[in-house]
Amino acid sequence: MITLTPAEWQALTLTLKVAATALAVALPVAVFAGYALARWRFPGHGLLNGVIHMPLVLPPVVTGYVLLILFGRTGPVGSILESTFGMTFAFRWTGAALAAGIMAFPLMVRPVRLAIEAVDPKLEEAAATLGLRRGIVLAIVTLPLALPGILAAGILGFAKAMGEFGATITFVSNIPGETRTLALAVYTAAQTPDGEVAAFRLTIISAAVAFGALIASEAVARRLSRRIRGT
Amino acid sequence: MIEVDIEGSAGNLPIRATFRSDSGVTALFGHSGAGKSTITKMIAGLLRPERGRIAINGETLFDTGKGMDQPVRMRRIGHVFQEARLFPHLTVKSNLAFARWAGRTIDRTRFDQVVELLGIESLLSRRPGTLSGGERQRVAIGRALLSSPRALVMDEPLASLDQGRKAEILPFLDRLCHEAKIPILYVSHALEEVARLADTLVVISRGETVACGPTAEIMTRLDLGAATGRHEAGSVLVGRVSAMDSHWSLSTIDVEGHEIEVPATGIEPGTEVRLRVRARDVSLALADVPGLSIRNRLPVTIEAITSETGPYAEILCRIGEQPLRVRLTRASVSDLGLAPGGQALALIKTIAIDRREIIGSGSA
Repeated sequence: MITLTPAEWQALTLTLKVAATALAVALPVAVFAGYALARWRFPGHGLLNGVIHMPLVLPPVVTGYVLLILFGRTGPVGSILESTFGMTFAFRWTGAALAAGIMAFPLMVRPVRLAIEAVDPKLEEAAATLGLRRGIVLAIVTLPLALPGILAAGILGFAKAMGEFGATITFVSNIPGETRTLALAVYTAAQTPDGEVAAFRLTIISAAVAFGALIASEAVARRLSRRIRGT
Repeated sequence: MIEVDIEGSAGNLPIRATFRSDSGVTALFGHSGAGKSTITKMIAGLLRPERGRIAINGETLFDTGKGMDQPVRMRRIGHVFQEARLFPHLTVKSNLAFARWAGRTIDRTRFDQVVELLGIESLLSRRPGTLSGGERQRVAIGRALLSSPRALVMDEPLASLDQGRKAEILPFLDRLCHEAKIPILYVSHALEEVARLADTLVVISRGETVACGPTAEIMTRLDLGAATGRHEAGSVLVGRVSAMDSHWSLSTIDVEGHEIEVPATGIEPGTEVRLRVRARDVSLALADVPGLSIRNRLPVTIEAITSETGPYAEILCRIGEQPLRVRLTRASVSDLGLAPGGQALALIKTIAIDRREIIGSGSA
């Protein structure tokens, strides 16, 4: 069992905080977007789909730079947020969470959309004939049946958020204790002379966290799918 | 009361449905693909007709003239689908509980009544995936009933079940149809189910309603051969059980003062019953024939004769007031010189009457 140095602890807890925050905000939005793309037909359907997938096809550095322009202290969005809510993103861990959430978003929308498309609309029809409102049908029929897909989206998003690098370093730089997540710490260690051991230790930590999350989600997914098969 | 007068389309099939029924159970009857399900979906609000009007118990649900189109959940038409459509991730109890909640059925005894009526007490803790087809349909009916619907639509609830499962669920349907206080629309392509359950019969052919009226009357309409199907065509006689002979295992049913012997049913003497007689199971004789095994010989008056193409002729007779449909060869009609207004004896083999198709109406 290895003992973590204070700096490693800091990077690990910061990474978990950034990834969890990104997930908590981005996953509900991804579920909404996935539902809209799966079930609604509206003008601009294709356009919305394209916009959602932009972070996936743009170089991460470009996404980070766009975030810096928009959410920087003098940027059009950043300045308003700072003056009205006192929220700052630039060079703060919240900015790292924003970058991670945006980069993870398209990866989460897709599995959610597929899971919701796989829910038989006939079941939703049946629920409507009982007199249930749309929101209630969503809560007791559609989302529970899509839960394995939503869980998969969460795992994928969490993994992406934990490992986000390019957009994060461009948007919020590499500040120890504030924005230096595990991925950035590995990068820093690899750039430092004689940093191989430190980089290797950080790599082991990253792998352990990712593996643990995967095992846990696998167990939850198995229980969920048993429930949904209805046996 | 159900009032429907709609036009629309389903794929390539134009739909023109016009019917109204005052009584309890109305059957929509027709071949597969005749548009029956499309019509019920339009009534439920799952599909939109192009124009027309739909009203239940005097309340308008859809009217293009007035620009009215209530959404599905506001129409409150309980729908039992062919494939049950239970929520697979919920237990039977939760499936029912959500319906009860949606229908604001606060009364706990109502829940117990429905569970008892359908015999699903022992299934409550199970999930739909572990139920047999018949059990699933019973739960689906219970779910529809608990949503406090203003009408119940059953779209071929037995079509996906094998013969054994059908026999298991039919007694529950009999009870339901007699005890429900709401109009029931029963969709089927099986004449035996329709004859057994329905008071009013609506015949659908190629998307159109071709006939609508009391079941016994419509079933004996000779001009509907193509729509009702020839092999199963027949009539429904209403009578009263007058005696039961346990030695020979026979029941006697009094129809218009004439006795018909049928295989023993276990239905109490004095009970009013409906029995279905298939047209092809009836023979006609001009005089009583000695030395014949056929036990039922009923005097009838010939009302109409329709000769079709091929070997068949359809003959409509009356036993007193009640219609009886007979199917003979055209050759026999000619040989016997049968003509409207003539008298004859209708010969019906006792064992040709299926005891499962003798239904008590409950009023002793």
